[in-house]
Amino acid sequence: MVIKPSRGWVGLRLRDVWAYRELLFFLAWRTVKVRYKQTVLGAAWAVIQPLSAMIVFTVFFGRLITIPQENVPYAIFVYTGLVPWTLFAQTLTQSTESLVNNANLITKIYFPRLIIPLSIVGSNLIDFSLALSVLIILALVSQVQLTLNILALPLFILLNIATALGIGLWLTALNVRFRDVRQIVPFLVQIWLFATPVIYPSSEIAAPWRILYGLNPMAGVIEGFRWAILGDVPFPDLFILVSTCVSLVLLISGAYYFRRTEKSFADVV
Amino acid sequence: MSKLAIRIENVSKQYRIGGLQQTNRTLREALTDSFKMPFRRLKDTRPQFWALQDVSFDIHPGEVVGLIGRNGAGKSTLLKILSRITEPTHGSLTLYGRVGSLLEVGTGFHPELTGRENVFMNGAILGMKRREISRKFDEIVAFAEIEKFIDTPVKFYSSGMYLRLAFSVAAHLETEILLVDEVLAVGDMNFQRKSLNKMESVGREGRTVVLVSHNMGAISRLCSRAVLLDGGRLKADGDAPSVVNLYLSDGQETTGERTWEPAKAPSSDYVRLVAVRVLDQTSRVSDTFDIRQPITFEIEYDVLREGKRLSPYFTLYNEEGVPLFSSADLAPDFIYEQELTFTGRRISRCVIPAHLLAEGMFTMHVGLSAILDHNAAQFNVPDCMRFQVIDPMEGDSARGVYGGAMIGVMRPKLAWQHEPVAAADAAKF
Repeated sequence: MVIKPSRGWVGLRLRDVWAYRELLFFLAWRTVKVRYKQTVLGAAWAVIQPLSAMIVFTVFFGRLITIPQENVPYAIFVYTGLVPWTLFAQTLTQSTESLVNNANLITKIYFPRLIIPLSIVGSNLIDFSLALSVLIILALVSQVQLTLNILALPLFILLNIATALGIGLWLTALNVRFRDVRQIVPFLVQIWLFATPVIYPSSEIAAPWRILYGLNPMAGVIEGFRWAILGDVPFPDLFILVSTCVSLVLLISGAYYFRRTEKSFADVV
Repeated sequence: MSKLAIRIENVSKQYRIGGLQQTNRTLREALTDSFKMPFRRLKDTRPQFWALQDVSFDIHPGEVVGLIGRNGAGKSTLLKILSRITEPTHGSLTLYGRVGSLLEVGTGFHPELTGRENVFMNGAILGMKRREISRKFDEIVAFAEIEKFIDTPVKFYSSGMYLRLAFSVAAHLETEILLVDEVLAVGDMNFQRKSLNKMESVGREGRTVVLVSHNMGAISRLCSRAVLLDGGRLKADGDAPSVVNLYLSDGQETTGERTWEPAKAPSSDYVRLVAVRVLDQTSRVSDTFDIRQPITFEIEYDVLREGKRLSPYFTLYNEEGVPLFSSADLAPDFIYEQELTFTGRRISRCVIPAHLLAEGMFTMHVGLSAILDHNAAQFNVPDCMRFQVIDPMEGDSARGVYGGAMIGVMRPKLAWQHEPVAAADAAKF
């Protein structure tokens, strides 16, 4: 193996990441394990958070907002948005801090640094799958007619992950150098929530603005989730197309930016 | 040309001092800077600092190489580059084989996780496969001697248990090349001895080891070869004893002497400490001594008022904290005939004989008391001075030609006599 100074943009070395997959697994597992250690409710917290947000939003907006899906209670509608949103928001917040929090690892041992934000996504996927199962149960209980659309759900989950990871990578790498990022992120996440059709349907947005609105990749993700689970609306093709493009651009550029700055992490962090 | 384990070619590493200080440079500064001077990136004017400059050497498989030098000489930087933690600025390194690096024991240990969980976590961080860890799990736990507590969260461990477990995982790392940084300097003496022995056996297994340490005793004992770095440059490379000797005789030791400003000095109404030193047999201040040479202890103090019989003393502790002995001038002529009207500066000296202390680090507690006056302490400075004693292994110390571990807090060189017993006498018994 040869170690040489690298210049400028470098390859992603995904094979290296693959070689360290066990570490990725252990880091994600450690994060989940530690998150719920010494809590009484344990992993139930993964569900309580989106559920309580659901209740709050239902109480305040339930009557104000009309949703396109007939026969679907507003609570289910908003929860369907909150599940992917929570994955996104948590990944963003946690991965921003992740490299700085793991400074002791980064300065003491080599592994592909991409492992760290990836492990954050991994650990949040556990919470996500719990929240998602609750969503399916709630949908069945409130007699939402599940359709074959649900088969497309894995694709939207992938899109959800790609979006969260893409933006997460940018923020993570930036936060190593500029600790301002972690001040901005909670605020950013809050604003972003309102710029995303979580508590209201995207049909509220006037048609000419929708393409612009679709530039928010989470808009496509959440519309996709609603289409897959609640059905009863036409396929949001425009949103999905724009969002997929945006999120792929963010993911690829984020990964390359991360790799480019990676070599200096140990010196700067 | 024979096979190589590591090839280091013209490696340099530059740090920008400004960059190091301004790690928390804010976004606003970066943005305003780039507006003010859009081309600034092309020319970085921050002061530069070369942590390593043009270092080249090769390491062959099975060699145990000690990397020595003063603080800031670039040892740790080189180890970090070898471990791929940071990149060199120029030059290249080639590593032939799997590399394991132990820059710290217990990297990634989490207090909330149990011993068992941490073993797997830490193993994965060090690059072990899960199957490999499972296979060696019992061995790791047995080496650490914590079988009973393996399912207890490590936050309840004593620091000794924690270190034992952490080292044990690291010790079972089976890579062709092992990079080690000062991990031997942790834990109590027993544990250090155990880890030294483990390192020795690693060396015997024919694996390549690069070891950074300030413990010259460990370097001379474990390493076949030593590389001396000085100010980021390679200064010497050769067999361990001669490079260690070169390093030790290099002078400019800043330790081995402590002086106090009058305002801050330990003092009483009668006396004030000025300086404490340890000197080698050429009267040079040093913090590292050859086991075969005497060590002179020197204390300088101002007597401020007359009327007390003042006697300095010291107590010597080894690195385990065991008090080895205490010494003061209690001879009657010193005590009873002391000039009781003396004021002014005085130096007291004594010599710790050669071939007395064992190898290792020693700590001196230094004080001064008024004797025959209830031995009232005038001042007492715990951990006043540290020095180390090393054995360059040239065959004329108490260990002779024996290279292994020797027990005991002292290492006197005793004269042995051997004589044949006549056959007739032997038959009597």
